[in-house]
Amino acid sequence: MSPRPDADRAASDVRRFSPAVRWTHRATALLMGVCVLTAALLYVPALAQLVGRRALVVTVHEWTGVALPVPVLVGLGSRALRADLSLLNRFGAHDGRWLRAALRRDKRPSSRPAHKFNAGQKLYAAWAAGATLVMLGTGLMMWFTHLTPLMWRTGATFVHDWLALTLGIVLAGHIGMAMADPEARRGMRTGSVSRVWAEHEHSLWRP
Amino acid sequence: MTRPQGEMAQVDSEQPDTRGAPVGRRVLLGTLGLGAVGVLAAPVLQRGMEAFLGGAAEVDPIGVTGLLPNGGGFRYYSVTSSVPRKDADSYRLTVDGLVDRPTTYGLADLRALPQTRMVRDIQCVTGWRVPGTPMEGVRLSELLDAAGVRSSAGAVRFTCFDGAYSESLTLEQARRADVLVALRMQDEDIGHNHGGPARLYVAPMYFYKSAKWLSGITVTKDVRPGYWERRGYDVDAWVGRSNGRDDEPTT
Repeated sequence: MSPRPDADRAASDVRRFSPAVRWTHRATALLMGVCVLTAALLYVPALAQLVGRRALVVTVHEWTGVALPVPVLVGLGSRALRADLSLLNRFGAHDGRWLRAALRRDKRPSSRPAHKFNAGQKLYAAWAAGATLVMLGTGLMMWFTHLTPLMWRTGATFVHDWLALTLGIVLAGHIGMAMADPEARRGMRTGSVSRVWAEHEHSLWRP
Repeated sequence: MTRPQGEMAQVDSEQPDTRGAPVGRRVLLGTLGLGAVGVLAAPVLQRGMEAFLGGAAEVDPIGVTGLLPNGGGFRYYSVTSSVPRKDADSYRLTVDGLVDRPTTYGLADLRALPQTRMVRDIQCVTGWRVPGTPMEGVRLSELLDAAGVRSSAGAVRFTCFDGAYSESLTLEQARRADVLVALRMQDEDIGHNHGGPARLYVAPMYFYKSAKWLSGITVTKDVRPGYWERRGYDVDAWVGRSNGRDDEPTT
């Protein structure tokens, strides 16, 4: 399948993300980025020695963490975003085939049927949302120390630390996959992707 | 790339994508559930993890385990952006306030005084613990006695040459035999990152009481809450009996 030499690019484009979806993604990414950065400044000894200012960094980390769900909550006012969330939520038989192909490292598009979102994107979205809420909950337990029993707080620290590491690795994978696919990035940046790319990567999607 | 028509028809029948099982919701709720289980099961998980990482750290040539949670060892905390370096020539420790003989010590003066060596666990209020850490230095009570504490005094305030950190103890706490002006840690002179050349060491309390880069000891009438204590930490920071924590006591 090779791109047709289409003179008019716009005619060969399809809409992938509405402005509300893109701004929700942008705001969430920014907040998540600040959370990860301040976490690193608090946690990695070399960076902590470089920056210090512990009280300030803690404050920034706490408030960006609390603000992290806000863009999605605001975005829920958008019909397009709710529609995308509903697509992310539902798994069909083709998603099972996609996941089995991914486990086999079978990269042929014919083995990886996908609607607007492939099964990997769906799993990532659901897990990242759950993990963010767990980080938020455990973070609040560490922040407002008098709200929960002592035992819980030690547990919250443990979960917050290890999940931070896991989330960092998964986020790096998310960013790495975006870096490897300029057209996917264009979709999130401008809202449109080429029809050729859409048919190749999301063969079941009928935009 | 083409695919067989039969398969195309089959996948087309799955349209639209809004009717499948709500696996996304299940994954999200499952992640939340695992998080809650993790919080409750943490004591068990943490012990296992510490044992595993403790073993791994011994055969870890590049120190990756030091970056993992509960990987063992100290973590660096500073409340300022940079801390000036002091060496044997430039370091000074002043003792003043409600005393008869205000004194200034150089590093050599402190080294010339009787040294006390203690081996205790160090417990940070954020959770990390460094077992069996040798600390060595001059008993604080010795410096207080030399300065002659007046009868009106009730507390001791500590200031640091990072320019921001401060700590305090009641006079009774400050006179304890396990409170040192520490010059050596882990049987080495205390380096800059660990608060050298001299830091406070309050063995029975959380480590934020053990102010790094100690430069001033001022005897006062009442306790003045220190840097973190003005930000919500307990002033009387006994390990296991303060800050809402139940760690095993260090003394």
